[in-house]
Amino acid sequence: MSHIQLDDLRKRFGDVEAVRGIDLEIEKGEFLVLVGPSGCGKSTTLRMLAGLEDISEGELRIADERVNGVAPKNRNVAMVFQNYALYPHMTAAENMKFGMKSAGDYGDDEIERRLDRAADILDIPELMERKPGELSGGERQRVAIGRALVREPEVFLLDEPLSNLDAKLRVQMRAELLKLHQELQTTTVYVTHDQTEAMTLGDRVAVLDAGQLQQVAEPQELYDFPANRFVAEFIGNPAMNLVPVDVVEDGGEVRAEHEGFSVGLPDQAGLDDAVGQSAHFGIRPEDVSLAGNLPADAPTHEITVSVTEPLGESLLMHCDVGGDEIQVKAEPRAEIRPGDDIEVGFDEERLHLFDQSGDAVYHSTSATPKTSEAPLTE
Amino acid sequence: MATNTESTAATARPELSDYLSDDLVIHGLLVFSIVLMGLPLILAVVMSTQTPSEVYEVTNVGIGSQGLANYQTALGEYNLGQYMWNSFVMASIIVVGKVALSLLAALALVYYRFPYERAVFMFILLTLLLPVPVRIVPLFQLMADLGWANSMLSITGPYIASATAVFLFRQHFMSIPASLVDNARLDGVGPFTFLVKVLIPMSKGMIAGVSVITFIYAWNQYLWPLVVISAQEKQVVQVGIRYLQGASQSGLTQWGLIMAGAVLALIPPLLVLVVLHRPLLKTFAIQQK
Ligand SMILES: Nc1ncnc2c1ncn2[C@@H]1O[C@H](COP(=O)(O)OP(=O)(O)OP(=O)(O)O)[C@@H](O)[C@H]1O
Ligand SMILES: [Mg+2]
Repeated sequence: MSHIQLDDLRKRFGDVEAVRGIDLEIEKGEFLVLVGPSGCGKSTTLRMLAGLEDISEGELRIADERVNGVAPKNRNVAMVFQNYALYPHMTAAENMKFGMKSAGDYGDDEIERRLDRAADILDIPELMERKPGELSGGERQRVAIGRALVREPEVFLLDEPLSNLDAKLRVQMRAELLKLHQELQTTTVYVTHDQTEAMTLGDRVAVLDAGQLQQVAEPQELYDFPANRFVAEFIGNPAMNLVPVDVVEDGGEVRAEHEGFSVGLPDQAGLDDAVGQSAHFGIRPEDVSLAGNLPADAPTHEITVSVTEPLGESLLMHCDVGGDEIQVKAEPRAEIRPGDDIEVGFDEERLHLFDQSGDAVYHSTSATPKTSEAPLTE
Repeated sequence: MATNTESTAATARPELSDYLSDDLVIHGLLVFSIVLMGLPLILAVVMSTQTPSEVYEVTNVGIGSQGLANYQTALGEYNLGQYMWNSFVMASIIVVGKVALSLLAALALVYYRFPYERAVFMFILLTLLLPVPVRIVPLFQLMADLGWANSMLSITGPYIASATAVFLFRQHFMSIPASLVDNARLDGVGPFTFLVKVLIPMSKGMIAGVSVITFIYAWNQYLWPLVVISAQEKQVVQVGIRYLQGASQSGLTQWGLIMAGAVLALIPPLLVLVVLHRPLLKTFAIQQK
């Protein structure tokens, strides 16, 4: 039995439809990440789960109970906000106690016990008597998480909780959130626009665009089997290269033909249907290698480097191939200058084709996706 | 060579004197304007120690021969202490009433969705166009009909509703992040608890600022109490000073006595201002935004 069920959930603000029919099931104890670009309706969806936003249409069930009209406090959920939402005039301890005290359902002993436990888990006992103004961003975020913990909710909702932190702290807090979830096993819905966060944190990741779910899958699967162009470009950094090609059959072999290259496609599901169509050919920058690293007989293509960006651990090159731009990740310190012509080969196991409407029709890998969930968009 | 040194000296010298003279001019102007603004007050204090004939000697600007006798007369013979107490009670009631009512109104405006919310807010702002002096005749009729005339109610009631205070609190509440409210809703914190435990502590500066302005404004009320209060012992201090003017000694207005009364009447609002000037400045800073 799934713990949270969203059934064709919709939200309209006047004429604007912010969430356009989301079907999603979240298992008990699962860490689900909702990811998508700014304005795609992530926060709105989360706020509907919390009860802070009315549901325009559709049904929401938590623990098999329809909660559409249920008040936020009766849903047994706790939320952590991007700006922490701590009361500036209260100490950390008072902030964490405030909700429980106001609800009046808890004895003082119980409150103290929960407070101590949360402070221990988050390793902040020494901060409890400080006010938010006297805490750093990371410490504030811990207190905000602590405030959610003390409520011992059935569901944690987090709306971009790390986006106000600096890069280093974000990585650290990410690891701590993971540890916390492993310890508590509370069902968690985590909203972010950062695909790295989504990939590292989520048991499953739901990619949202323009108020619609694009794909829900485990992180690796999202990377290996993107359901459409949007997911392909959104997941992975730098984004997947997509260039228009014609898929043709040539002497028993199916090839993707482009002005600048022609690449043989291994026989996998969906390939036959693609033959004779024009499509978008996708390959990730990290799946393109310099010819020198490939076996001598591997097919290579010549491309022209236009810009190089040393990233430290690798060298990112923007290259021109037959009038289209593709990005290539090469090993660092490669002696390549803008203007050079280089020979590259594509990883045969990592080729993708997308049809004109943007849906994935073919992935060249011989592995099969674990969950065969179809894309949820219509 | 020679021209070179000459030119550097020529540029260096005026720079230095420019700096000095600029400074002198600015300081001179500042001192002048401060004295100009302080002069009425200083003169009032000086005159409050003089006899009427000393006041009329224009060249006599020293401490007069009366010492604190004028103050004693004002407080003793003319009952100014009673008037000051009345003013204090009136101002305090107005401050508390106005702040409480405005906080509730702002709470409703910001945190509740109700029909014609904007129209209601606009209507509240419109009342700014009708201050008490404009409404004096109908207001007097109303007070008479309610049986409030000649009572504390009549000089406090009409001042308790305030568009300015509602506006200030509304703007302040709107600047408080919405997520604080969301969080309170998740915790099941009721609106009244939220007001008392969150909004009011977070609006301390604003409340203090509004209180100072209101206190001084209420303390300085003259026309309305004069109209609506007929019993002398219920009168407020500004009208009380007016009573002092009626007292004359061998045909001369007792300016010394009046000045003593004025100085006395000045002290309570001055104290309030000194104690709460910081939040007051903050309030005005927000108004500027
Ligand atoms: N109260 C509202 N009234 C009208 N439109 C709204 C309201 N709240 C959100 N929207 C609109 O709904 C859409 C989705 O907003 P939402 O806040 O859910 O985006 P988001 O995915 O959380 O974006 P971000 O990453 O920037 O936080 C946006 O186009 C936004 O303009
Ligand atoms: Mg958002």
